[in-house]
Amino acid sequence: MRIAVVGAGPAGVRAVQTLVAAGHRPAWLDEAPDGGGRIYQRPPAALNRDAKMLYGFEAKRATALHDTLDAMKPRTDWRPDTFVWHIRPGVKRLQTLHRGVQAVVDYDAVLLCTGAMDRVVPVPGWTLPGVTTMGAAQIALKTQGCGIGSRVAFLGSGPLLWLVAYQYARAGADVVAVLDTTSFATKARAAFGLLRGGATFAKGLYYIGWLRAHGIRIDEGVTPVAIEGAGSGVTGLDWRDARGRAQRVDCDAVGIGWGLRPEAQLADLAGIPFRFDAIQHNWVPERDLAGRTSVEGHYLAGDGAGIGGAEVAELAGARAALALLQDAGAAVDAAEAARLDRALTAAGRFRVALERASPYPAHLAAGLPDDTILCRCEGLRVGELRAAAAEEYPAGRAPEMNRAKAFTRTGMGRCQGRVCGAAAAEILAAALGVPVDAIGRLRGQPPVKPIPIVAPPAEAVP
Amino acid sequence: MKLRRLRDAGRPRILLTLEGEALEAQAGDTLLTALLAGGAGHLRDSEFGDGPRAGFCLMGACQDCWVVVEGQGRVRACATLAEDGMRVKRG
Repeated sequence: MRIAVVGAGPAGVRAVQTLVAAGHRPAWLDEAPDGGGRIYQRPPAALNRDAKMLYGFEAKRATALHDTLDAMKPRTDWRPDTFVWHIRPGVKRLQTLHRGVQAVVDYDAVLLCTGAMDRVVPVPGWTLPGVTTMGAAQIALKTQGCGIGSRVAFLGSGPLLWLVAYQYARAGADVVAVLDTTSFATKARAAFGLLRGGATFAKGLYYIGWLRAHGIRIDEGVTPVAIEGAGSGVTGLDWRDARGRAQRVDCDAVGIGWGLRPEAQLADLAGIPFRFDAIQHNWVPERDLAGRTSVEGHYLAGDGAGIGGAEVAELAGARAALALLQDAGAAVDAAEAARLDRALTAAGRFRVALERASPYPAHLAAGLPDDTILCRCEGLRVGELRAAAAEEYPAGRAPEMNRAKAFTRTGMGRCQGRVCGAAAAEILAAALGVPVDAIGRLRGQPPVKPIPIVAPPAEAVP
Repeated sequence: MKLRRLRDAGRPRILLTLEGEALEAQAGDTLLTALLAGGAGHLRDSEFGDGPRAGFCLMGACQDCWVVVEGQGRVRACATLAEDGMRVKRG
């Protein structure tokens, strides 16, 4: 039986481990050179790889995952630095690109563990050099030993806001402000549910407490106004505090982010139906608790199938591999499957509380000024999308996202709406006066990221 | 935008060029790090005239850090390791 696993983050590693233990040798493809996913991404070999320094409280977990990753490489058809740009569920084929060379991988069953990226809300000035996602700020520090600037402000909501600010301050960066768009009251209401999270909740409190104890400026319930810039860089950040007063800080870099969104393009191309998850406020591919989908032979695990975080991804990877084995007629350890199901169910309850404590600020996106750049790829502004929702729009109003894309090019650029899609949906829905789940979602298109049009097939390379 | 080297900053030096100008970086830098820690300020200009860009996601998804490397063509600066002698142009 030919099995393929896409992704070598927490979900992919545990999935492969389970498959190998059952005697299989899956094809294992990952876009990064050395696996680990984004959360446990290792720096290039020339840099210090000390786990305690890089991963903090997560050092043991990261080291365990890396050890398994390295142990599995020789026991699989390991293909690092390999980008899966298309999946064809009818013929069960992955189309890949490795250092400029195309190839195909045929499978009987595939497990997609494609991870997540930051979910953002545009802010006037957000295309200035010096503005990055929160995840980018963390990757710069973790894998390159660099801060995104010398005086750094962080703006957003959710666990990553506090974690990255803490990591920067600990590394000696000048963190000039940590601005949470979620009000204290919203977080307090979710606090009871967060207690279920035990250690995860405790770590979050620790980061916030540490930042406060070190006199770092923290403001909650803020409304972003603009990122200021001159020439090729950021010079400051303006916001309104919870009482509506104008505030400002001088800075040369800003990290922004409001939680994560699944990188689910391959699931989309595989024909797996999606649903709008109101708690996460994300479109997610449909799967059962074990990771099965309605498309035979196609399984999902990890954040690419809905945001759950790294610990959940490890459980989900192992569980989806068991489901795959079971469906293939193998005898699987029923007690282990049941244990994973219980752990996944419990983790799901904590996730609900976490999402309630840091909801996506749809109102901030819907309320953006017309002249704010919305789509970075196409240099398209908020007002251009809003105009497509008007009755008098020349082509007729756009009632859903893909029509709006065709009319305005929103999400048609080279990132395919990964960056602007979430905010664009809020803007269009608000302009149409309908709920955001009523306007659909941007469909995925191959290649899921740009590839060179000149890439030769493998047999053409001497 | 100027990246600030906070730790592990004593690695062997490598030399590359940006638009023909020499630029010093360190072994293990990505092209994005090499250029933005080395004082390039930005990586590309928006095709739509709205100003300079210097990457955004650093995980190969946003495509906003494209530069051109002689002999390789267009690459994502965040996902490409800098190498001694590389000749780079803004994207």
